[in-house]
Amino acid sequence: MIETLIGIIGATLRISTPLVFASLGEVITERAGMLNLSIEGTMYTGAFVGITVAAQTGSLTTGLIAAIIAGAIVGCVMGFLVVTLGVNQHVAGLGLTLLLISASNTANRILFTNKDGMVRVDPWKPFDFAGPIFSQYWLTYAAFLILAPALWWLLWRSGIGIRIRAVGENPESADVAGISVARTRYFALALGGALMAAGGAFITLAFLGSFTINIINGRGWVAIALVIFGRWGIWRTVSGALLFALVSATQQQLRLVPALSHLPFEILLALPYLAVIAGLAITGRNVPYPGAYLKPYRRL
Amino acid sequence: MDYKNIRRGIALVGAAAITLALAACGGSTGSSTEAAADAAAPATLKVSGAFSSSIEEPWDGVVDAALKEAAASGEITYKMVDKIGYASGAMERTLRQIAEEDKPDIIFGDSYGNEEAARAVAKDYPNIAFVMGSGGGPSGSNFSVFDNWIHEPAFVSGMLAGGLTKTNTIGIVAGYPVPEVNRIVNAFIAGAQMQNPKVKVKTTFISSWFDPAAAKDAALAQISAGADILFAERSGVIEAAQSKGLLSFGNQMDQKSVAPDSVVTSNVWNMKPTVDYIVAQVKAKSYTSQDLKDFSMVGKGGATLTEINQGVKGGVPQALADAAMAKFEEIRSGAFRVDISEGQPAGSTVKAAK
Repeated sequence: MIETLIGIIGATLRISTPLVFASLGEVITERAGMLNLSIEGTMYTGAFVGITVAAQTGSLTTGLIAAIIAGAIVGCVMGFLVVTLGVNQHVAGLGLTLLLISASNTANRILFTNKDGMVRVDPWKPFDFAGPIFSQYWLTYAAFLILAPALWWLLWRSGIGIRIRAVGENPESADVAGISVARTRYFALALGGALMAAGGAFITLAFLGSFTINIINGRGWVAIALVIFGRWGIWRTVSGALLFALVSATQQQLRLVPALSHLPFEILLALPYLAVIAGLAITGRNVPYPGAYLKPYRRL
Repeated sequence: MDYKNIRRGIALVGAAAITLALAACGGSTGSSTEAAADAAAPATLKVSGAFSSSIEEPWDGVVDAALKEAAASGEITYKMVDKIGYASGAMERTLRQIAEEDKPDIIFGDSYGNEEAARAVAKDYPNIAFVMGSGGGPSGSNFSVFDNWIHEPAFVSGMLAGGLTKTNTIGIVAGYPVPEVNRIVNAFIAGAQMQNPKVKVKTTFISSWFDPAAAKDAALAQISAGADILFAERSGVIEAAQSKGLLSFGNQMDQKSVAPDSVVTSNVWNMKPTVDYIVAQVKAKSYTSQDLKDFSMVGKGGATLTEINQGVKGGVPQALADAAMAKFEEIRSGAFRVDISEGQPAGSTVKAAK
């Protein structure tokens, strides 16, 4: 029993890692007043670019850096669409997601599956000490111990954070105060995109060591819900990711319990999503959306 | 032109560029690829492929690989469309387009989720042989059906797993509980329990054909619940076994290369016997619609077990390997028949579903 619980906690930290990267990237973006629905495609791109570069260069670190750069570039493309051109953010984000997933799949077929089959690398291994809870990948440690505190500091204690929140709440005032709305929003999108791509790359470079189509399978959309659940706060969003992962890990164990094996497994499989929906229903009412959410900024 | 108009112009051009890029990318994943069509002799048959899913999906991949092999040997020319999807009318439209524009001799593909539409198209083109992966039966004069029937090697894999487990607990991670998956899983369970009546089997369906991360998570959960042997109906599972130094079994294709120290053997589906048979029948002008099931079973070489990998951690006891191979030979000769059971196996079971 204790062993099972320890296993569940270990799995929770692991499952939440890509969600923490991606949802914190989305927090930064949304704090600057933009909904970035290219998140699913950006994670997918990060997963694919990461493993492709790692396989070609033989270096996982190079692969991760390439994924992060690719994510930042995707953020800038999103910026061109929604900041410079001011197009509808839903359409731009969903369009980019479709484009990025199709482009990754096409490149995957040209580079790998039409030749030698599935692309594989020897992935990062989890640290092997102090039992299943602490035997995690270095990226998991980085997400919780470095990234989350650093982003909290960035958002709430640094000048950049003030500018990001200012252009997200009231871009007119920010503009009057001498803050470049466009440049700040581009920065938020690039940083957010880099984090989303790193979350995708965690799956291919650490957890699996391989890439198949549909590798992200909706994790980006879960991250979107987690941001609202977390009310655009760093720690609340991290908690949301942990809650989702905890329910995921728990249902995987529950399904193996003989007494529950006659319950339709779909019910247990749906639990993490139901938990997020329930969480949204409870905490998601009257949430303080950033003031300039979804609104492109134009000087009159 | 003032500033606003210029910006509007850029927006229009940008939108057009994105649309074009999207169209190009969507098109290239779903579009045709020509395979080895050098100097088609008149006797070379023209074959088209039409797949609902992507050829990266193992089922479609096996069919595509057999057709590419036939094309490489010069028997046929081959062109295929994949990712047609299950949207209403998509498969029918694609099949009609292939029939009208390419005028192939044979169309290989799958009609899951489009059973009626595919048969309706076949009826309108009686001179084309339709050979489709299907849950239904043959129909009309030209609509034949096939599927993977690898429950026989799965039974033998199960025997090996039952003999190799030390905790008497085996984990299986599979896609969806549909008949074609259930019969493989149930045969594996039956084989394991024949070899070792004390075996408990834990089965997790991930409700996706493709989510290796979820499959690996499910497999790791099974390991922490005591499983020490894993059967990878989906990808992602062998990686979990390898990371914990445990043994595993592959499915659909030879998966030894994923983890040579973990994969004991794989249940392999081979479409070549089906393709060879159909090509010969069409060439001889004696093709009729039929259920091609037998060509995907062990007896005719359509299903097999890869050589037992003695290089796995701890090796495989010779007596166990011999017993398994003896059973495989009995299956090949017809002396032993593996039951086909298509009911959903329980999440944690001591008995295979009936």
